[in-house]
Amino acid sequence: MNTLVRENRNASQQRSEQFVTPSASVIEDGDAYLLSVEMPGVNKEGLEISVENNELRIIGRRSLPEIEGTPIHRESRSENFRRTFELDPSIDTSKISAHVEQGILTLRLPKAEQVKPRKITVS
Amino acid sequence: MSIIRYQPPETVTWSGLNRLSNLRDELDTLFEMPFWSNFGRQSQLFSGWSPALDLYQNNDNVIARVELPGMRKEDIEISLQDGMLTISGERKSETAEGEKAERTERYVGKFRRSISLPTQVDANKVTATYRDGILTIALPKAEEAKPKQIQVNVG
Repeated sequence: MNTLVRENRNASQQRSEQFVTPSASVIEDGDAYLLSVEMPGVNKEGLEISVENNELRIIGRRSLPEIEGTPIHRESRSENFRRTFELDPSIDTSKISAHVEQGILTLRLPKAEQVKPRKITVS
Repeated sequence: MSIIRYQPPETVTWSGLNRLSNLRDELDTLFEMPFWSNFGRQSQLFSGWSPALDLYQNNDNVIARVELPGMRKEDIEISLQDGMLTISGERKSETAEGEKAERTERYVGKFRRSISLPTQVDANKVTATYRDGILTIALPKAEEAKPKQIQVNVG
């Protein structure tokens, strides 16, 4: 069960543009998995999400307003975010939905009908 | 006499393997990260969440910017005392009842960051905005701290 939403590292190693890997969490919620990815500074316009051959690829580009002034102290990074996950075949990729709020991208990955828990009534 | 031969359940072996590969993933993450990316924020590894903080200044303002994705506005606290700016707060867990966490990298809980300001600021005119998970605080410099042009009249 650990590999239901598995990260695909090989795919993220071919790089030209520099990216950082955002933190992510996966929660199982009955009939779906909820994948949340931390992308501070990224809004709807900066997101690029694609699914190809059960590979989910998320790119988030920051759109931070430039601050006028001299930097005195800096810890944040300017690279954009990228992360790839390998989706389990039990996920219905045609029904994935996404929303972003305050720098958190949440993807809902519904389980396919046949793997949903089902109650069987004995007649 | 056994009627059905005992077969060790396959699932045991599998979950063991998965656990191993998970551990390997975690180790990979540690080694993949450039050393310096964690340098200033080492405390995160040991004591929790330490959001990235940037500080800028121009002629009129000192500006602080903090990466705080997924907070509620009312859970962020900003205070100013003795030239020290402190930002603190708490991020609540989002796992509701009946849900199961499969993988958790996002930090949940309290944080506190402090930084001393380079000049005096006017505490009454501080403004803050929270957008796209980024907190921006503008602290107008106190009049006496602003750089001044001095007109020299040569007579």
